[in-house]
Amino acid sequence: MSTGTYTAEHPEDSVNYLNVSSGLKSWLFTLDHKRIGVLYLFSIMAMFLFGGILAMLMRFELLGPGAELMTADTYNRMFTLHGAIMIFMFIIPSVPAILGNFALPIQIGAKDVAFPRLNLASWYVYVTGSGLALYAIIAGSVDTGWTFYTPYSTQVTGSVIAMVFAVFILGFSSIFTGINFIATIHKLRAPGMTWYKMPLFVWGIYATGVIQVLATPVLGITLILLILERAFGIGIFDPSMGGDPVLFQHFFWFYSHPAVYIMILPGMGIISELISTFSHRKIFGYKAIAYSSIAIAFLSFGVWGHHMFVSGQSQYATLVFSFLTFLVAIPSGIKVFNWVSTMYKGAITFETPMLFTLTFLFTFTIGGLTGIFLGSTAVDVHLTDTYFIVAHFHYVMMGGTIMAFFGGLYYWWPKIWGRMYSEIWGKISALLVFVGFNLTFFPMFVMGAQGMPRRYFLYPEKYQIEHVLSTGGSWILAAGLLIMALNLIHAMKWGPKAEKNPWGALTLEWMIDSPPPPHNFKETPEIEHGPYDHDKVLVKPGKVGATT
Amino acid sequence: MDTTGTFWMPPGSSTVAGDVDALFYFIFWASVFFFLVVVGVSAYFIIKYRRRAEDEEAKSHIDYNLKLEIVWTVIPIILVVIVFIWGFQTYMKMQIVPRDAIEVKVTGRQWMWLFDYPNGSTSVNELVVPVDRPIKLLMSSEDVIHSFYVPQFRIKQDVLPNRYTVSWFEANRTGNFDLYCAEFCGKGHSEMLGTVRVVSQERYTAFLETGGLGDQEGMSLMEIGKRLYRERACNTCHSVDGSPNVGPTFQDAYGHEVTLSDGSTVMVDANYIRESILNPKAKVVQGYEPVMPTFQGLLSERQVDGLVAYIQSLSEVEDMEGDTTETQVAEQDTAQTQEDTE
Repeated sequence: MSTGTYTAEHPEDSVNYLNVSSGLKSWLFTLDHKRIGVLYLFSIMAMFLFGGILAMLMRFELLGPGAELMTADTYNRMFTLHGAIMIFMFIIPSVPAILGNFALPIQIGAKDVAFPRLNLASWYVYVTGSGLALYAIIAGSVDTGWTFYTPYSTQVTGSVIAMVFAVFILGFSSIFTGINFIATIHKLRAPGMTWYKMPLFVWGIYATGVIQVLATPVLGITLILLILERAFGIGIFDPSMGGDPVLFQHFFWFYSHPAVYIMILPGMGIISELISTFSHRKIFGYKAIAYSSIAIAFLSFGVWGHHMFVSGQSQYATLVFSFLTFLVAIPSGIKVFNWVSTMYKGAITFETPMLFTLTFLFTFTIGGLTGIFLGSTAVDVHLTDTYFIVAHFHYVMMGGTIMAFFGGLYYWWPKIWGRMYSEIWGKISALLVFVGFNLTFFPMFVMGAQGMPRRYFLYPEKYQIEHVLSTGGSWILAAGLLIMALNLIHAMKWGPKAEKNPWGALTLEWMIDSPPPPHNFKETPEIEHGPYDHDKVLVKPGKVGATT
Repeated sequence: MDTTGTFWMPPGSSTVAGDVDALFYFIFWASVFFFLVVVGVSAYFIIKYRRRAEDEEAKSHIDYNLKLEIVWTVIPIILVVIVFIWGFQTYMKMQIVPRDAIEVKVTGRQWMWLFDYPNGSTSVNELVVPVDRPIKLLMSSEDVIHSFYVPQFRIKQDVLPNRYTVSWFEANRTGNFDLYCAEFCGKGHSEMLGTVRVVSQERYTAFLETGGLGDQEGMSLMEIGKRLYRERACNTCHSVDGSPNVGPTFQDAYGHEVTLSDGSTVMVDANYIRESILNPKAKVVQGYEPVMPTFQGLLSERQVDGLVAYIQSLSEVEDMEGDTTETQVAEQDTAQTQEDTE
């Protein structure tokens, strides 16, 4: 382990976390939160690529109502793997494990996370879980959907156990990350970094950590019960053994609905950073945004039953879940209104991260509002399990979290690599992603409301127009993502050198060099201003911040 | 009456559809309003407050306004409470079954829908009901979870293997309406389709009188089989054009040897077909999974004969050893069945 030895030997600015040591070992055994973030970056993006290719193949298959490209079995496996990969291996870890790991400790003035070894362990656990999931794909097949509903999942052949165990392992990675950030935020804030001086990104990750730690174990227990049932015939969920399949749905959604907020809260945190930075203005409603994150985390535990309005659960349960579901819409709405207000009388610039922020405002608002349709019991009966649901959660997950994640990637890229991406190509990619995303997923709202059920390999011809539009959109979206990938990869090595603070932002990571020195700060930073005090501190892009 | 539907919703053909659609469109227009507020105000700010000069600064750093926070907290709360109450009232209307409803037992099975009518008639994949009468559906599944979904009626209810679930509807016009399975149930999920045929009271009565199978008078065995191939949902899994599906194709099946999953071979003759219909897991063709449900009790002798005759007609084999005998056997069966019914 060579990471501990640099400070004395290299006093100069040119030493950073990337060049302080080299060789595979220096990466595989690193305890530096920034390097672990980079390890996560490559492994998570590899899974994103894989999940994305599956999505493209499915969209291609759905060009026509018949069997165009594959068999029903292949298609069913593909949507299962697409869902499992994108949720458990991409979106859940994406923002916390990549950007959170990289930026959060610096943002609160810490030298590292509270438990660096646990942090590295979480990456190994992630890689193990993902590897096992890939094994499950290659060795056998899983076609249960990412939800693993019983009794289908206990009766069907295929490597369900391996896949479920993989998800179980991935859960630990998520728990480790959550514990680490909670402890880091509580214990490692620099002097003067009071709770209300923390960037809202930190608040978002904090709320996420709470859900990760409290909800993920329930998923773990549920999956273990599923494995016990499949492997040893212990009847828990399978009615032929005396179990109850609806119980599985309760257990599953008790985790998986809060998981939606594990996915969206960090994205909301990014948006808070970006909208203030690129409006060059103080954030509007700091406390409202911070508290609404906590409110969402709290309420998220009481809404799981809205996935089950037609499952046969009691109507009284449905009544309560419907009401709580509507309540959770309120804090999300508060956030959106505060973000929009942040632009009021600002000096708005439109770098690529800001374009993704605006895309987020557009798509996440649609995603959130369509949730109102689904929270309303009478309307949900018609819409649930159709493409309306598919469209809704893609607007929230991809239109929300992933758009914020892309914005965050572009935003912190100069800090991670010390080099700038191409702004022109960045804008082109953002535009293509915006157009492609909406063209892919908006038609799904229409066909879903018209009755097109989800997870259909073959479909009635009357839905073909929407499917064709959607597939066309997926090509534009893929083109945008490809350009983005090339742009970012090119910037890593060949981009022009980045300044300390290319955006004129005020959070601490922009006060230190790009890329950051190995221990972030040469001396303990003094916190003299809040993260968004654009009124008090004048920061010109490219110039050194007032605190250094 | 609404027969074309709207941009968003398919035509509403049940008594609750109008209520559901009214709420849908209320939420829709409220959403459009909020969406336009968010996007419109954003667009206005983006244009008005874009930075025009390199070192232009924000004109205001106002970061708090209690009145605004209250406004955009309280107004949405009021709206969602309205939507909640409205939604739940309509939902209860969709849940409480009218007392005078006709009860039909619905059974979900991979991958078909079975219907049992009050007088003992049955049908597969086609639910025949009278118009303007409430129909109660008492539903259960024989294997995994399915979901009974008729978009034009705005009803959907999961069908579970360990308990009964209930749904109901009252169709307010005649016609054929799509029935989908909406809960993923395996390989044939997207082919687990059916039709709800809403007919006049007279035609419904006539349907019940023929045991749910319509008038077979004057039809040849082959014609009966051809009709059953569709009505009893053989077509979900078996093609007649040679294309592979969940099960083997019927084209050129008859009169050829097939390899079974245990490696042995068997000649596809009348008896093999008969056994495969009534005890499908006994001899499964290699490469296929033993997923076919039994049709024991769902087909009369004459109907089995019909299916055998139909599958036979799809094969080009003319001179097969024992062919004539089997035909004779079939004819004898037929004679017997007719005697029985007489």
